[in-house]
Amino acid sequence: MFNDWIYIAIFIVISLFLPAAAIMMAYFLSPHKPNAIKNTIYECGVETVGDTWVQFKVQYYIFGLIFLIFDVESIFLYPWAVAYQIMSIYGVLEAIAFILILVGGLMYAWRKGALQWI
Amino acid sequence: MSFVADPINFIADWLSKLLLGWGLPPDLVMVLLFIIGSGLLATVAMLWVTILIWYERKIIGRIQDRFGPNRVGPYGLFQSIADMIKIFTKEHISPDGVDWFPFTIAPIIAVGAVLAVWAVIPFSANFVGTNLSVGILFILAIGGIGEFGIVFGGWGSNNKYALLSAFRAVAQLISYETPYVICFLIPVMLSGSMNLNDIVKAQDPWFIFLAPLGALIFFITSIAEVGRTPFDLAEAESELVAGFNIEYSGLKFGMFYVGDFLHSFTISLLFAALFLGGWKGPWAEQIPVLGFVYFFIKSSAAYFLVILLRASMPRFRIDQMMDFTWKVLTPLSLTVVSMTALVDKLLPANLIWVRIGGLILLNIIIFIATDRLLDIYWKKPLFQKNNQVEDASKASSVKLGAG
Repeated sequence: MFNDWIYIAIFIVISLFLPAAAIMMAYFLSPHKPNAIKNTIYECGVETVGDTWVQFKVQYYIFGLIFLIFDVESIFLYPWAVAYQIMSIYGVLEAIAFILILVGGLMYAWRKGALQWI
Repeated sequence: MSFVADPINFIADWLSKLLLGWGLPPDLVMVLLFIIGSGLLATVAMLWVTILIWYERKIIGRIQDRFGPNRVGPYGLFQSIADMIKIFTKEHISPDGVDWFPFTIAPIIAVGAVLAVWAVIPFSANFVGTNLSVGILFILAIGGIGEFGIVFGGWGSNNKYALLSAFRAVAQLISYETPYVICFLIPVMLSGSMNLNDIVKAQDPWFIFLAPLGALIFFITSIAEVGRTPFDLAEAESELVAGFNIEYSGLKFGMFYVGDFLHSFTISLLFAALFLGGWKGPWAEQIPVLGFVYFFIKSSAAYFLVILLRASMPRFRIDQMMDFTWKVLTPLSLTVVSMTALVDKLLPANLIWVRIGGLILLNIIIFIATDRLLDIYWKKPLFQKNNQVEDASKASSVKLGAG
């Protein structure tokens, strides 16, 4: 089993290395002529106004929180799914109770307006 | 095994015997074979993208009632190679004030994360990169790292539009990750293992017949994960001027582009492996090359569907997209998983046709119930009927009629 993970490590290193090598190669093959106009930041053709790293809406953060809860729920459901074939109907009902509790949480978030984009 | 029936394992066997004969220790031989095998697989995947780009351009062209590229080589096959050569020789412009580390590493992560998924996909009965026992979790984990590429790209370019577009893209990706992860549960449940090769072997009726609604939700959410039309808010070409890609040029942009197509093909590979029976087909176990051919045909069919959706649907608005995933897809996928689990336990497993019929009936019932519920509760007016506009147009038409 350790062999599997060695292969994964090698594959990840290679999959990060291949695009990096391609970009390096293109860096040598391409011209380098920077000038002041080319290097300006794009803002619809005018000069940029203000600092770039602006404050963002809080709604993104709320979506992140809700995603976190449902992601952890799904990860908890994976061992149950692997053991599904050998469990009795009681195990299935337990998992349905678990899912129902979290669906209750989703309904609460929905009614509180946490799922609105604006 | 002969060379014709199973070429890849034959060559791997021959090579390992050769290296052992030279006196190398067996561990080193194994690592060397891994390096050669993974290098070849990654290179083939990257080169395959040129064919995918050609395929997509031809089909989109035909749907739009025009030829695709057909000048450069027979049927335009060399167009992608010409584009590759062009993009290799374009200048890498680095704008003022960029954060160089995120800016440089974004395209590498975007491609690397998708390429790493190819390590666990079973291409034929005994050709799989590595037979991980937790293949599904590995796919979910590494696929999630692709989102880092978008955030790094948006943050590193010193550009407000790129940053905002990166935020929206990540919000979309994590929102669609919820039903995506839940829908992966269905093949795991029906086959009892997270190993992709086991899931393919357990598909006596294909899983698309046992859980068609689950397959549909998986398909929709994986297209949203890639960021293709109709979900391509992140790089809406006509709205946000390429989104987080604005400040990229040359091969760095080319890498984002390659990553996009590679990701689309990877999800069609996953769809074929999880729901369409992977490499299964007549005589696929005895002649593994046939398994490879079947898998290729199935994933090409899924990829064709992805291209069709791209060519024919308009783009979603961002709030429509978020509503769709949180209010429709997440409850629906949870319902499908729990109902499939319940009904599959209650139906007798030995009568195959009863099981298939019962599960298909369940999916039809859930689909019709969802349709009715959406009809009743989801009435959002598309546009406001403005009485002033109607009266004005009636007045002008009367004038034209009289004159």
